[in-house]
Amino acid sequence: MSDTVLHAVDVHKRFGRLWVLKGVSLEVTKGETVCIIGPSGSGKTTFIRCINHLEKIDGGQIEVNGRFIGYRRRNGELVEDSERNIARQRTKIGMVFQRFNLFPHKTALENVTEAPIHVLGLPKKDAIDKAKVLLTRVGLADKFDTYPGKLSGGQQQRVAIARALAMEPALMLFDEPTSALDPEVTGEVLSVMEELALAGTTMIVVTHEMGFARRAADRVMMMDDGLIIEEGTPEHFFLSPEHERTKQFLSKIL
Amino acid sequence: MHALVAVDLHVIWQQVFHPHSVFFRTLWATVYISVVAQAAGVLLGLLAALARVSRFAPLRWISGVYVWIFRGTPVLVQIFYVYFAFSWPTLHFGFWTIPDAAIAGIVALSINEGAYMREIIRAGIDSVDKGQMEAAKSVGMTYGKAMRRIILPQAARVIVPPLGNEFNNMMKTTSLVYTIGVFEMFAYAEQNYSQFFIADYFLAIAVWYLLLTTIWTFIQAYIERRLAVSERGEELSFRERLQAAWNPMTSWARGGGG
Repeated sequence: MSDTVLHAVDVHKRFGRLWVLKGVSLEVTKGETVCIIGPSGSGKTTFIRCINHLEKIDGGQIEVNGRFIGYRRRNGELVEDSERNIARQRTKIGMVFQRFNLFPHKTALENVTEAPIHVLGLPKKDAIDKAKVLLTRVGLADKFDTYPGKLSGGQQQRVAIARALAMEPALMLFDEPTSALDPEVTGEVLSVMEELALAGTTMIVVTHEMGFARRAADRVMMMDDGLIIEEGTPEHFFLSPEHERTKQFLSKIL
Repeated sequence: MHALVAVDLHVIWQQVFHPHSVFFRTLWATVYISVVAQAAGVLLGLLAALARVSRFAPLRWISGVYVWIFRGTPVLVQIFYVYFAFSWPTLHFGFWTIPDAAIAGIVALSINEGAYMREIIRAGIDSVDKGQMEAAKSVGMTYGKAMRRIILPQAARVIVPPLGNEFNNMMKTTSLVYTIGVFEMFAYAEQNYSQFFIADYFLAIAVWYLLLTTIWTFIQAYIERRLAVSERGEELSFRERLQAAWNPMTSWARGGGG
């Protein structure tokens, strides 16, 4: 087997009459960190939501670890997979949301142990031990028993990262993880993400943080109007972007 | 002519503080009919609410027709129809007997209650942020597990206060099953009245209903407090809950829901 974690080919997505993804292809190998940048409405968020089938796709195919996501082959045709199978595949794909989406009725620790215990069936004690290690790793060793309502945005997002990591996913998706945060706390979330990237986590990050992209990304994708219009190393984007749209976009956000 | 203030304190005293042993049987009937009917009503309402938010259109329609019919017709009519259209068994549990009329009454009241509970439970489910279902799915939960473990526990906080009001109503509405011959609290008062023509039997029974609903107010405040780790991470004290129960405006002002 190759080291390919994500294999997305010609992904199409429509919302009614709106054509959001017009044939996006992306290959991500193990240990890579890929940043997706682009103006709002370019389809970058929709694309990563398709990767764990929070959105159905209308064309193309997506494989994670060599398995179709959301669909299976029947008589040569792709049909939507059973709910149970989709749920099982999602355990291998971690997702961090723009608005954290922590479970407000559970403590930080319970947020992290919830799925390992009740989805993977891990013994409670093991799950708790693991959650404590993860929460410590994201710098929240003193917040185990705190409810999300009492945590700052940056702390909530770090719990959310720990929650996703607890499933030991093959791929981590970050959907604008710092866009809902105050500027002074984006740093603490980004540094956690940088450590993950450095430790060899396979991640796809939709972000406007070019500083993060420069420090952590192996490759950067520029999306516009439902397509990846340019790809390259972070240096390429800073020094010599080719596409006119990319130049415009970068001049606005840098 | 009777006196304008027709209160016979002796009858009230007698009925409230030294009731006949038969009275306690009727009090028990009122309590068990309300509790069972409310519990079944919540269950029906939950099923109907889940049907209402289901992806399968036929389930949504069934749920809609159910609410349409049972909220749109008098509960008294429903009680009579359920009692007379079907034959109901009389159940015996040791020395406790539930007559057929009481069973018919419970069935009718719970079906009626389910229609109201559906709206309350659906509003509770709707009050939970859409991101919660996505987050639950993203860690590998199925729809059912996400509902059970993530959505409904959060919806409960929004559901419980109106549910408490529903139960308060239910305890009083049970008096209607007297009309199909269930011997409950109101029937007891009515029977005494038709024997002695003293209206104070009704006043005395009102005191008993008031006692039941007041006890319930305390129980409800306790339950809400148990549920009340709010999203802002603050807890209301028992006393604050109780105040909120007595003065609903304060609980709205707190935005207890979202």
